[in-house]
Amino acid sequence: MPFLNWLKRRLVVIAGLLTLAYLLLPNIIVTVFSFNKPKGRFNYEWQRFSADAWKDPCGVADMCGSLSLSLQIAVWATVGATVLGTMISFALVRYRFRARGAVNSLIFLPMAMPEVVMAASLLTLFLNMGAQLGFWTILIAHIMFCLSFVVTAVKARVMSMDPRLEEAARDLYAGPVQTFLRVTLPIAAPGIAAGALLSFALSFDDFIITNFNAGSTVTFPMFVWGSAQRGTPVQINVIGTAMFLLAVLFVLFAMVLGNRRNKQKA
Amino acid sequence: MKTTPDNSGDVRLSGISKTYGSFTAVHPLDLTVPEGSFFALLGASGCGKTTTLRMIAGLEEPTTGTVRLGDQDVTHLPPYKRPVNTVFQSYALFPHLDIFENVAFGLRRRGIKSVKKQVEEMLELVQLGEQARKKPHQLSGGQQQRVAVARALINHPRVLLLDEPLGALDLKLRRQMQLELKRIQTEVGITFVHVTHDQEEAMTMADTVAVMNGGRVEQLGAPADLYENPRTTFVANFLGTSNLIEAEVGTRSGDDIVLKAGDGKLVLPGARCTAPTTAGGKVLVGIRPEKISLTHADDAGEIPAGRNRLTGKIADASFIGVSTQYVIDSPVCAGLSVYVQNVERDGRLVPGADVVLHWSPAHTFALDAAQAIDAGTEEEVAA
Repeated sequence: MPFLNWLKRRLVVIAGLLTLAYLLLPNIIVTVFSFNKPKGRFNYEWQRFSADAWKDPCGVADMCGSLSLSLQIAVWATVGATVLGTMISFALVRYRFRARGAVNSLIFLPMAMPEVVMAASLLTLFLNMGAQLGFWTILIAHIMFCLSFVVTAVKARVMSMDPRLEEAARDLYAGPVQTFLRVTLPIAAPGIAAGALLSFALSFDDFIITNFNAGSTVTFPMFVWGSAQRGTPVQINVIGTAMFLLAVLFVLFAMVLGNRRNKQKA
Repeated sequence: MKTTPDNSGDVRLSGISKTYGSFTAVHPLDLTVPEGSFFALLGASGCGKTTTLRMIAGLEEPTTGTVRLGDQDVTHLPPYKRPVNTVFQSYALFPHLDIFENVAFGLRRRGIKSVKKQVEEMLELVQLGEQARKKPHQLSGGQQQRVAVARALINHPRVLLLDEPLGALDLKLRRQMQLELKRIQTEVGITFVHVTHDQEEAMTMADTVAVMNGGRVEQLGAPADLYENPRTTFVANFLGTSNLIEAEVGTRSGDDIVLKAGDGKLVLPGARCTAPTTAGGKVLVGIRPEKISLTHADDAGEIPAGRNRLTGKIADASFIGVSTQYVIDSPVCAGLSVYVQNVERDGRLVPGADVVLHWSPAHTFALDAAQAIDAGTEEEVAA
């Protein structure tokens, strides 16, 4: 059975390709339908090719406004969560203090708790405090749930760091600030970057918590959800495709940079 | 590159101690390391040698006492303000910087702009000129070790501290690096303080060795002096191997002391006895295994007069190339070790054979019997 033998030898490759296809198929559909010219208001059936939506991505009322808001919130949430999360990670790994164990497990609660529960309780909290729902309440909520992811990523990195490296820096005439900037931070950087990327992605597409705490403010995921009730403009697919391409480009750029650096060193 | 001897490279520790809660890592200790010397702190793990080193580096604050470099009191200076650099155990090279930047680190932190020439010279000194643009993980253990030395030495510290720098290397490389470090030290003339648990390493490299045990310095001196004249059982057992035999003080004849061990008599030069020698008191007689000669009991008559002798039976013999190591059970003491050079091997010296052990009285030393006879042996240290 030459065919069976052929299959046996390539089983891993075939399984890998199938998994990849499974992962990428939704993205391909989104991209394909961004070139559709739908008949009615819903973009769910293929009609014919058109680049109209790509030529006028902001042609739908309010969409680009919500996109810009989502990007702003994602950037600030990333900054806030990354800074706070990094500090928490260092505190948890480096220092022994009362209730350290409790903090260590409590920090993971937001990851484990159902989002809907968290969203509702946050809303209760904001309402009781008399807070005006909008940009700031969304931002506070996003920083909160991104924190645990940053802490997870950074803590793993800090824990595997040899404390002698910092001693070596201090021994070599680096004061506390210099030691942190020249040794601690660069070594922890991959963990911090991973935490930041996660935060950005989580914040940008969060719907449930945002929907509860946004008041009359509309973020991009909320816009997509809302328009799905009345009709889906092709521009949503355009934005989706653009985000996907940007992410792919970003990853490729990082890989090329890494490769070149390694070659220089070798 | 040699500095003029103005004693600025002296390290003076006075009354220095370190306690963690109720645990005393280092008991108050006074130590002077003269400028330009190669000084070793030797001891088993947990004896306080690394803590002592870290107090010189400034990485630990002493509980009491002062650290002086030359005339400068540095006790309360942070490590980055001390003219002292450290070669860390497992090197602690910065993984995100290449070799060049690792070596340049100290210079750059002190605001020196043109570092290229100095770094290149230093990499040449440790024979790593070719590897400047590699990352630490791309180098072998021995190369990483040399980077760590270069990174510390480039700052021209008044004292270089080495914390078990060769511990992670295999035996052959360790021998090579011992010579290499010794060469570098001679070349740059900087005071080296070297912490190690390897007694051979300490004796090979250092001018002066301080043997530490339980947070105290047991004995301090030149390697040969420590080896030949240990003052405690710990030093006798930790530096090489010693046969320690319990004996009773007998009479004095001139400068010599005559001791009774079992039925036999042993003679000991009075100068080599650190124990009180009241007649009838007990002492521990020490003799190094390589100083002992073995003669088959049948030829006992050929042994020259005036030598100390003991009878015994060979319990075990292991051939290790240059020498054969025997374990001999004697009526006065079981498990004596004897190392015999493999020059002319006597075929009768096999396990079970009756032998006479004999050695020159001049090689005998005696210690106070009021201490643990097995202090510093491998079994005792491991326990």
